[in-house]
Amino acid sequence: MTTKYSAISLLREGLRGQSGWSKAWRSPKPGAAYDVVIIGAGGHGLATAYYLARNHGITNVAVIEKGWLGGGNTGRNTTVIRSNYYYPESSALYGLSVKLYEGLSKELNYNVMFSQRGMLVLAHSEPEMEMAARNVNAMQLNGADAILMDAADVRKKAPLLNYSKDARFPIHGAVWQGSAGTGRHDAVAWGYARAASALGVDIIQNCEVTEFIREAGRITGVETTLGPIRAGAVGAAVAGHSSVLARLAGFKLPITSYSLQAFVTEAMKPVIDTVAFSPAYGTYFSQSDKGGLVIGGGLDRVPSYGQKGNLPVQEAVLAGLVEMAPVLAKVKLLRHWAGIVDVTPDSSPVIGPSGIEGLYVNCGWGTGGFKAIPAGGYLFAHLLANGTHHEISRPFDIDRFVTGRLIDEGAASGIAH
Amino acid sequence: MQVLPCPFCGPRSEGEFHFAAETGKTRPDTTRDVSAEKWAAYLFDQTNEKGVTREIWIHLPCAEVFVMSRDSVTMDVLGTETLRKLPT
Ligand SMILES: Cc1cc2nc3c(=O)[nH]c(=O)nc-3n(C[C@H](O)[C@H](O)[C@H](O)COP(=O)(O)OP(=O)(O)OC[C@H]3O[C@@H](n4cnc5c(N)ncnc54)[C@H](O)[C@@H]3O)c2cc1C
Ligand SMILES: [Zn+2]
Repeated sequence: MTTKYSAISLLREGLRGQSGWSKAWRSPKPGAAYDVVIIGAGGHGLATAYYLARNHGITNVAVIEKGWLGGGNTGRNTTVIRSNYYYPESSALYGLSVKLYEGLSKELNYNVMFSQRGMLVLAHSEPEMEMAARNVNAMQLNGADAILMDAADVRKKAPLLNYSKDARFPIHGAVWQGSAGTGRHDAVAWGYARAASALGVDIIQNCEVTEFIREAGRITGVETTLGPIRAGAVGAAVAGHSSVLARLAGFKLPITSYSLQAFVTEAMKPVIDTVAFSPAYGTYFSQSDKGGLVIGGGLDRVPSYGQKGNLPVQEAVLAGLVEMAPVLAKVKLLRHWAGIVDVTPDSSPVIGPSGIEGLYVNCGWGTGGFKAIPAGGYLFAHLLANGTHHEISRPFDIDRFVTGRLIDEGAASGIAH
Repeated sequence: MQVLPCPFCGPRSEGEFHFAAETGKTRPDTTRDVSAEKWAAYLFDQTNEKGVTREIWIHLPCAEVFVMSRDSVTMDVLGTETLRKLPT
């Protein structure tokens, strides 16, 4: 059986009719007990399992997924990866993630197609340019590779955009992060799943966690649709369903679940080789390797678990696209969908002990947790293995809502929350 | 486009409405000391119900503040209740 992907194995399998490839991951029956049970096989859950095995030698791990792995937000996002955040705490977190992404394809022996094509966050007025300069200064102090561009520089990067003086929001300049880019979302989930499985992690799909098992006030396992599974520690990484699990465990989270929509157009010749985002229009887009434009925008402002989006937001996002690049007005949409994202009051994630012994949470990534998958998994694994925070995840503990030390990235993150 | 009911104006387009908050929270009694935990729970914690919810909404054109019961999965509206009291 061929398990490693390489030019030689590709050639060999090509010659023998692709008959020797092994499955990318095992599909075992759930065992009775594990050292760690992770709920949710999205990117964060799978990366956590991988780093538990690789960094901490904990391989007796199960990842429990109610649907198919990567079928949640990890397989539904617009794949933008960046670390252009305002606060030092965020910069450390997302900076670690970009660094891990840079080595990920090699490390996992799986091409996650991380393409550092850079990202423009457009500024549309003189006051916005002043705020952009302030953001750039903060990002540079944090060690991120952000620079401020004027309109002429932006035009060189993305000639497609609307440089007319009569535009609803004329382009004055942009914040540019050259190390930002896009990745292949499914491949991130599949790559981590394959690598974790190879290290001994059991990934159990089509298995929903329905209840927690408790002994003496401590959570010691989960009830699932495939029976009870005991655990030394339980980690929940279920994004939009975090409040549902919290309720089963008996606590509340500072999270509201909303629909976030995305769109893909028919494939066309290359028109843009970077990510362009306009906070004023509330629209961002990039072009996939296949040629389709991948378009995203702000949240539907109605709490929802419906995994479908509403029409007013579709109209706003697409109208924004047409204003940003009028030449795209006649491009046809191919697909449209939504995911349920877990939004916190300060638009920063929650990583930490849940408050109930034995249960830890990784959630609150909202509209921006794809970029954070490697770091989220890395830090959550550290927490589950040691019971204590890594210094980078400490500021993101849920206790910040009591101490008041919020990490309010609502404005600085550039995504319309 | 979803049509939502305003208790004052009747059925109107969803774009005219603003989701304000979940129902069921009571502001802590500020004539006494309130612990940081209590304030945090009041300010930030959400039930974030999957399924039938009761929420406070505002119809922006007429400024009516009211309770709407919905299903947060199907997005069906189950009913509204006014919060307005008639002058005595
Ligand atoms: C349209 C859209 C665009 C986005 N664009 C970007 C972007 O450009 N850049 C970026 O960084 N981020 C983006 N995001 C956000 C990003 O997708 C998420 O933050 C990230 O994927 C979250 O990963 P996760 O592993 O936490 O959650 P998920 O991938 O959602 O995984 C959670 C899993 O838990 C499972 N689960 C839930 N309940 C249970 C249960 N009871 N038992 C078992 N399993 C359960 C679910 O089935 C799911 O598979 C976007 C999101 C959306 C929806
Ligand atoms: Zn009204």
